[in-house]
Amino acid sequence: MRQVYQPKPVIRLPQHGNRPTNTPMKTVDFSLAGAQLSALGSGALWWRDKDLLCVSDLHLGKSERVARRSGTTLPPYDTQDTLIRLEQDLRATNAQTVVCLGDSFDDLDALEALPEENTAWINRLQAGRRWVWIEGNHDPGPIELPGSHLAELPVPPLTFRHIAKDGKSGEISGHYHPKVRVQTRHRGISRPAFLFDVDRVIMPAYGTFTGGLRSTDKAFETLMRPEAKAIVTGQTPRIVPMNR
Amino acid sequence: MTNAPCLPATFNDWFASRGWSVHPHQQEMLAKADVPALMLIAPTGGGKTLAGFLPTLVDLAQTPHEGMHTLYVSPLKALATDIKRNLRTPVDEMGLDIRIEDRTGDTSNFHKKRQRADPPHILLTTPESLALLTSYEDAARTFKGLKRIVVDEIHALAESKRGDQLMLALARLQSLCPDLKRVGLSATVDDPQAIAQLLARHPDPCEILQADPGPKPDIKMLTTSEPPPWAGGGAAYSIPAVIEQIKAHKTTLIFHNTRAQAEIFFHNLWLANEDSLPIGIHHGSLDREQRQKVEAAMVAGQLRAIVCTGSLDLGIDWGDVDLVIQIGAPKNVKRLVQRIGRANHRYNAPSKALLVPANRFEVVECLAALEAVQENDLDGEPRGAGPLDVLCQHILLRAASGPFMADDLFEEMRSVGAYADMTRTEFDDCLNFCATGGYALRAYDQWQRLMQRPDGQWQLRDPRAAAKLRMNAGTIQDSDLLKVRMKRSRGGKPLGEIEEAFAASLSAGDTFLIGGKIVRYEGLREMTVEVSRDKGRKPKVATFSGTKFATSTQLSQRILRLFQQDTWPALPDHTADWLALQRDMSQLPGPDRLLIESFPHNGRHHLCVYGFAGRNAQQTLGLLLTKQMEEAGLAPMGFVATDYATLIWGLDAVTDPTPLFDRATLTEGLDGWLAQNALMKRTFRGVATIAGLIERNQPGQRKSGRQATFSSDILYDTLLKYDPDHLLMRVTRQEAMRGLVDFARIDAMLDRIQDRIDLVTLDRVTPLAAPLFLEVGKVTVTGSADERLLAEEEAALMDAAGLST
Repeated sequence: MRQVYQPKPVIRLPQHGNRPTNTPMKTVDFSLAGAQLSALGSGALWWRDKDLLCVSDLHLGKSERVARRSGTTLPPYDTQDTLIRLEQDLRATNAQTVVCLGDSFDDLDALEALPEENTAWINRLQAGRRWVWIEGNHDPGPIELPGSHLAELPVPPLTFRHIAKDGKSGEISGHYHPKVRVQTRHRGISRPAFLFDVDRVIMPAYGTFTGGLRSTDKAFETLMRPEAKAIVTGQTPRIVPMNR
Repeated sequence: MTNAPCLPATFNDWFASRGWSVHPHQQEMLAKADVPALMLIAPTGGGKTLAGFLPTLVDLAQTPHEGMHTLYVSPLKALATDIKRNLRTPVDEMGLDIRIEDRTGDTSNFHKKRQRADPPHILLTTPESLALLTSYEDAARTFKGLKRIVVDEIHALAESKRGDQLMLALARLQSLCPDLKRVGLSATVDDPQAIAQLLARHPDPCEILQADPGPKPDIKMLTTSEPPPWAGGGAAYSIPAVIEQIKAHKTTLIFHNTRAQAEIFFHNLWLANEDSLPIGIHHGSLDREQRQKVEAAMVAGQLRAIVCTGSLDLGIDWGDVDLVIQIGAPKNVKRLVQRIGRANHRYNAPSKALLVPANRFEVVECLAALEAVQENDLDGEPRGAGPLDVLCQHILLRAASGPFMADDLFEEMRSVGAYADMTRTEFDDCLNFCATGGYALRAYDQWQRLMQRPDGQWQLRDPRAAAKLRMNAGTIQDSDLLKVRMKRSRGGKPLGEIEEAFAASLSAGDTFLIGGKIVRYEGLREMTVEVSRDKGRKPKVATFSGTKFATSTQLSQRILRLFQQDTWPALPDHTADWLALQRDMSQLPGPDRLLIESFPHNGRHHLCVYGFAGRNAQQTLGLLLTKQMEEAGLAPMGFVATDYATLIWGLDAVTDPTPLFDRATLTEGLDGWLAQNALMKRTFRGVATIAGLIERNQPGQRKSGRQATFSSDILYDTLLKYDPDHLLMRVTRQEAMRGLVDFARIDAMLDRIQDRIDLVTLDRVTPLAAPLFLEVGKVTVTGSADERLLAEEEAALMDAAGLST
């Protein structure tokens, strides 16, 4: 009868030291339908041959939306944090094309309510690049912002869309916010992760404070082949088994 | 003693009819009725309350009085109700025409309204209700003619913001009624002068009256055939021995340090109660009706034992308590002495008490506490200047009662002892915060609350805001509680409250303990947890925060000195042998050195830091040290803290601990790394709620704890980034030195040890460190350890695939 309830506190230690900008990016490289792709620790996907950077499920304005519903309005910090990371990845890759794979905004009101400094920031990131907004299920595409708005984007041999379609191959999608739990010798570590096999990549959510769906979830059962692997995000991205 | 000189005949006759005589200190209180500020220190059972009221009763008996004559303030609602009952008896029996009423959060709105218009002679209330009373526009009329104020259990109030709020309200009353006399009633304390200074109008002196402290208490450690367990706080092992004690005494109070422990203990006691002894439970999270039932049964002498917490710490007269049992180390000698005083309410008879250590380490702590009680060596931690969040609330409530001049209010506030040294700049900061929300928030309409009129007076910008301010008055932080009641179809009986975070961890069908009953969680309906009765075997135990005391500095020092003895004849063998083994294998920690042990266990490296700085500071130390270990590349993975040590584990061993304890680095960590921490946010939340930045209550709805947390966390992050010097951020940092963060005790530890750090490296766990592995409340830290562990998994996967990375 000693089942004392204890909330389990987890403290994330800050990364120490400033990472010098001239060290090479840590990536996990793999190929999909003949395209050479690199998974970044941030959760972005880099297609070097096409100078293309893909990020999924930014959910900008999420905390703002929650705040809006609970009656307080204040600057959303998750948005800033997400944009800071995006800016770092753009600087590191100097991508010429950026694909936002849907659910870029938590909802359309979130876009409207975004502080001007944030929209200006996005505009700054967009300058000099081709920018594609793929429609998500939360946002039918941020119409107000410059860039092309597409339901999906084919860049042979790959296709970018928000939600994976069963039976397709060479497909990059997002939507599910996949997470994997890795059992190490000391503890289980759960992190957002890329899932990939010979047909597709399902991207982790790039936005700060987005929840996740365990790789063991039924949703992935038919989508991912039995030999599918995962790439965990973090300081250094790493290939690990995809728990089923 | 016979006839007292200044006591009227009616009173003498009444005392005589009861076979009582007037205590010397009661006599003296009467003689000093005209002293502007007077504090009486008397042990429990010394007729303290009657001493406080005697001058009032005598005056009212001799001179008819219009309106309110005496205001009585106590920290407990129950105490106000109890005193009303106790005063009624002499007043009725002497046939005095005196109206006595109480006013607390439980009083009906109808009565409250009437009391303002037609106040009784004696009004019994709490600091919160008094603050509200002064916030009405008709305050001057309500308090017209007020002559005396009696603050009961002032030692308890003086330790908290409730006391600060009370003294601010008192300053306001003093302005309304310049001849007001102040009386404080206190239990035995370490520094009476400090409390007297809080009571008196600054800089007036305060006379102190010491009653005879009575005989020394009869206090021992409970010996059981079974030794206490190595860890934990439940003390379930002691149940059979406790039952024997209950049987051998008339009425026993069984004190616990936390409500959760009280619930578990009561449950176990009940299961073992084969003779069906009438036993009750009483704690602050139980429903009022439940508590009142227990109180009534207690007064009627129907209960043999009550399992309780701090809710029974203070002076309600519980009739024939002849034994106090303290379960778990008392953590603080002063509180122990006050609890012991609950036994034997007859003056001049020794109180009888038993200490029950909950685990092996507490055996040592209990012995240290016993020795401290015998030597009357009480602990006190100075509180420092009055907190500014309370001042902000006071300013807003002052504005609710009508316009004021800043200069006048400043002078009034400086007459409060705790705020005597406040600068005009600090006051203006508070006023500015109340008016605009502060620099970073000035653009938001909801915090624009005061405006200055052309004549220079400050007033509410929107008079309708007054009602909202009153709803959010008070300084008690009851963290996110949800009411628990039986499902409506079963009568909807209210049971008590649980924390929202605990409620969130429940799903339908889960069972938990409340008020000694096992109930099944049915669901959440609006802000109420609905439950049904259940005979479940394994209930969860609700957590209640806010009652986790840290062992006092003085008690910790006593333990460290005790360790230095060659042998420990006063300790039971099992504990003395344990300490001897520790000395043999490693060292025992000493008063002016810091012992650190480093050893491997289960494939991890462990670092055990015996700081003896109290639970909260040891927890903070865990946060700061793991951060530094991360920077040193040692890959820490987690830690756990107790009152005496912090145990940290990680992938690599610490070989040179000295740089980790560099004061400048630790302090920097407090400002930088710790600023992001949940404890700081929680501290801020308390401050922001008291200062009125966050409203927990709005007309017609109550904000749920999570909503309030959400907005207060965003506010905190905003201010940290854009306005780190905002008034409330400064107050938050000040509070972090005490309370949950308790950095002041890390500071004190560094002063104590200087550079005397002993690192003992061993190949296995030491006897003193072993119990830490069993502690609950482990904190996981994630960082480079995770990166390294993941790299290992990746390598293993690649290896298995015949690849190498």
